[in-house]
Amino acid sequence: MIFLILVRRDLSLALRQPGALLLPVVFFILVAALFPFAVGPDARLLARIAPGVVWVAALLASLLPVETLVAPDVADGTIDQIVVRGIALETWAAARLVAHWLGFALPLLIALPVAAVLLGLPALGPLALGLALGTPALAALPLLAASLTAGLRGGGALTGLIVVPLALPVLIFGVADAPGALRLLAASSLVIVALTPFAAAAALRAAD
Amino acid sequence: MTATADTLIVTDLAADRGGRRVFGRVGFTVDPGGAVQVEGANGAGKSTLLRVLAGLLPAAEGRINNPFVTALAGHDTALKPGPTLASELTHWARLDGTDGSAVAAAAAAFALTPLLELPAGFLSSGQRRRAALARVAASGAVLWLLDEPDAGLDTASKALLATAIAAHRGGGGIVVAVTHGDIGIADPQRVQL
Repeated sequence: MIFLILVRRDLSLALRQPGALLLPVVFFILVAALFPFAVGPDARLLARIAPGVVWVAALLASLLPVETLVAPDVADGTIDQIVVRGIALETWAAARLVAHWLGFALPLLIALPVAAVLLGLPALGPLALGLALGTPALAALPLLAASLTAGLRGGGALTGLIVVPLALPVLIFGVADAPGALRLLAASSLVIVALTPFAAAAALRAAD
Repeated sequence: MTATADTLIVTDLAADRGGRRVFGRVGFTVDPGGAVQVEGANGAGKSTLLRVLAGLLPAAEGRINNPFVTALAGHDTALKPGPTLASELTHWARLDGTDGSAVAAAAAAFALTPLLELPAGFLSSGQRRRAALARVAASGAVLWLLDEPDAGLDTASKALLATAIAAHRGGGGIVVAVTHGDIGIADPQRVQL
């Protein structure tokens, strides 16, 4: 099946560059490590802001791979080869989204305990569940931004402006400690994930 | 209407780039086994014509009747530097639904067999061009769209290209090639842009 072939291809290309996979994770941990230095060693304050810090760190880390997500495939003709085969760009974008999520979210979730220790986070479970639900959106929005800016020189600078406002619902529901927040987080993440392949494909078509 | 099922028909085709008309009133008809050689000065719209035929760009006017599975070898070779040439070709063959023997045959046709286990990033530009042509040959597509397929090829490789095109046409395939001068296509229709 075309979709699975494309996912497998993306994963095998990603595994060839472990450095590119590790970079967002290292960045994530560094941002989490900055806060104890910045706000001081007040354990109670740190524990209170820890979920928010983790989410912001994850959001910032998600911006790092933007320039390598789509632009190289446009530049080297890969997208042309996909289109000429009659493969829908939506299928391509959905496959890229799945592969990118696996390459981005899994290492991030593995690194989460490290960030939790740095911030003195009391309970890991809810935050891990929230990130597992929210990271699909954090993988999807950079893919959308990358598709929108693929043809632009220096488009990378724009991606933060595109991703951060759209990620706000996910951030809000991810950090919220209210009943039902997880469901709203899942819902907003699902909407973003469902729309992204279509929006990314439309952006790529419009760019040509 | 009977002929349209197995004929490439281009009627009154026009294309715009950046709001400007690049070419207009292009028309030709090719039956299986036929070949079209697109010629013209730099910037005349040869590559644009191929991209319109490939469905990568919209036509501003006119119509294309293309009932064939289509393969394109453009200026960009779409080879990732890391994987071996064999795995690159195999990936695209999988998407095309062809098997490993098609890849092996296409690699042999373009003298790439000794290079198959090299990372694609190590290939020279002429070798990359041959790899792109081998991908087209391995795809099993009927219509080959080739954009300056001889660019960067040495004399021996040009002969391989001419042989591959002749073999493809002999099997009922169609070739539309953008060229500067002859590349060994026998009796092509010439389209001047």
